[in-house]
Amino acid sequence: MNNIKDTKTQNAFWSKRYKERIMSYLEFLKRTNKMHQKDKQNNSRRAFLKNTSLSAIPFSLGLGMLPFPNWKMVETGVRPFPILPEKHPELVVLNDRPINAETPPHLLDERITPNDLFFVRNNGIYPEKTTIKKEAWTLTIEGESVRQKKAYTLKQLQEQFTNHTYQLTLECGGNGRKEFNPPAKGNQWSTGAVGCATWTGVRLKDVLQDVGLKEDAVYIGYYGKDTHLSGDAAKVPISRGVPISKALEAESLIAWSMNGEDIPTLNGYPLRLVFGGWPASCSGKWLYKIVVRNKKHDGAKMAAPSYSVPCTPVASGAKVLNEDMCTIEAMPVKSLITYPRTGATIALGQRLPIRGHAWSGSTKVREVFYSINFGATWKKCQLTQPTNRHAWQHFSALIDFPTVGYFEVWARAVDDTGRSQPMLLPGWNPKGYLNNACHRIAVKIS
Amino acid sequence: MLPPFPENLDKDQEKQYTAAWWNIFFLVIGSIKALLLVICVIFVFLLFDIQPTAFWKKKEINYTTKSTYVPIVDADDRIENGIHVSSGLKFDENFELVRANCTACHSGKLIAQNRATREGWQQMIRWMQATQNLWDLGSKEPKILDYLEKHYAPQEVGRRATIDVAEVEWYILNIE
Repeated sequence: MNNIKDTKTQNAFWSKRYKERIMSYLEFLKRTNKMHQKDKQNNSRRAFLKNTSLSAIPFSLGLGMLPFPNWKMVETGVRPFPILPEKHPELVVLNDRPINAETPPHLLDERITPNDLFFVRNNGIYPEKTTIKKEAWTLTIEGESVRQKKAYTLKQLQEQFTNHTYQLTLECGGNGRKEFNPPAKGNQWSTGAVGCATWTGVRLKDVLQDVGLKEDAVYIGYYGKDTHLSGDAAKVPISRGVPISKALEAESLIAWSMNGEDIPTLNGYPLRLVFGGWPASCSGKWLYKIVVRNKKHDGAKMAAPSYSVPCTPVASGAKVLNEDMCTIEAMPVKSLITYPRTGATIALGQRLPIRGHAWSGSTKVREVFYSINFGATWKKCQLTQPTNRHAWQHFSALIDFPTVGYFEVWARAVDDTGRSQPMLLPGWNPKGYLNNACHRIAVKIS
Repeated sequence: MLPPFPENLDKDQEKQYTAAWWNIFFLVIGSIKALLLVICVIFVFLLFDIQPTAFWKKKEINYTTKSTYVPIVDADDRIENGIHVSSGLKFDENFELVRANCTACHSGKLIAQNRATREGWQQMIRWMQATQNLWDLGSKEPKILDYLEKHYAPQEVGRRATIDVAEVEWYILNIE
């Protein structure tokens, strides 16, 4: 700040900052007011739509309760999205039915992602927290490849099996979809469908052992208490799973705790699976049933094209038959710059500290590099070791800039097998999965 | 400085009067101080976006524990820069058809963030009809496709788009 002599810029910056603060406080007041109104409106969405003529809607919820008479003025330019339960107001909501929200990169700066900043990817309508009785929650293990069908209450799981705690990275298979060209349909995630939390639970392996597996077990599938968007009770929104080898990994958990607290509703309260490093859709939420299968699980969104990519590379925009698609397993090596936020301006002569996280689904990250000249030269970052398998690692560096001007800082991680992040988009695929292209931020030196 | 005392006071009474006046003086000063303090606190709260209950209610104040599936309809049924604010969709011919047929199940934001050719949009409709209980759109389908093709067509960005510099919010980074 002191190095910037232009007082006009400084003034503009601070007046904008104060305005933002005050606006966000007013927005908060507005939100609480809205929430109050919504709680009173105890209607389902469809019933609501049926009963209300659309043109009457703006007037049906009275503005009289607002704390300021001239509220409309304040409201202009405010995002119309709802605040999500138990979530940070600055998550970017991509979709509010079903709820999908991602975390801006600078909010992922903490080493362990806090619960309220963890991204949300829902396929259906989540069960209300108020309808869930944690004490009565049971998990049933069944399917053609178990020796017996067996049910456990949550308490039994907690007491009967050894509890384990791991840092596990979850990333949506479609994280980065926004950048594919031709565009792929679905939620247009940019970089924020990823997080690494400390999960506590029991090993899926221990529970499956207690139930007893048959020799022919090859896959597990999950069922959760979320319901289908169409309201059709016979339809399952999502029921995916993993091969038995992944299920039996020591870090594969049935978890009830996230960072020492209850799992947020939107992330699967009260019980979920956590398979670090694999598409997060494998890790079933609101978990009440696991099936052990003697063939690849065939639940909703298991079959191609869901969470599948062409088995062999295709040209951009190619049509790919379902039978030529293969289910995604481990996520590729990737990194994210979480500090500073893009748009930083510093003075020439100052060194810019950068930091972020790096992860890889199948192995650990060996090295992270940064470049300030679009890949002409790369310099090594400092990199921590993972706390446990599938935990993300943290990189940092101090950057010197040669001149004033516009720069971009690019980060590139390399995994233990030597595979690197690409600077351009990786292989195009019809559904836009697995974009692990380098993350970059814009920086100005003045 | 003090107001005049009644006449013919002995020393003790004069002392009492003086003390009483000082008491009133400090009471007034104290009240003004307290008032200023309250105003300052409120100002600080407003300025730094602190919720009044932040001290005894950790974080929870920002959240609702109930679902917000009631549509966001109240004051947001407005048009701004050609966008229908509550659905996030472009406000143009056939908008009402799209809203009526598409946003009953999913958010308008899902449409607005996607890009496809007419054929691509039709494939999505077929997929929703096959798997997601979308009804037959009949004669409305070409109109809906007209709308989608007009407003949500793909743009050519090459192998990777550059950072959208116009969108970057520049700020001064304070380095210790």
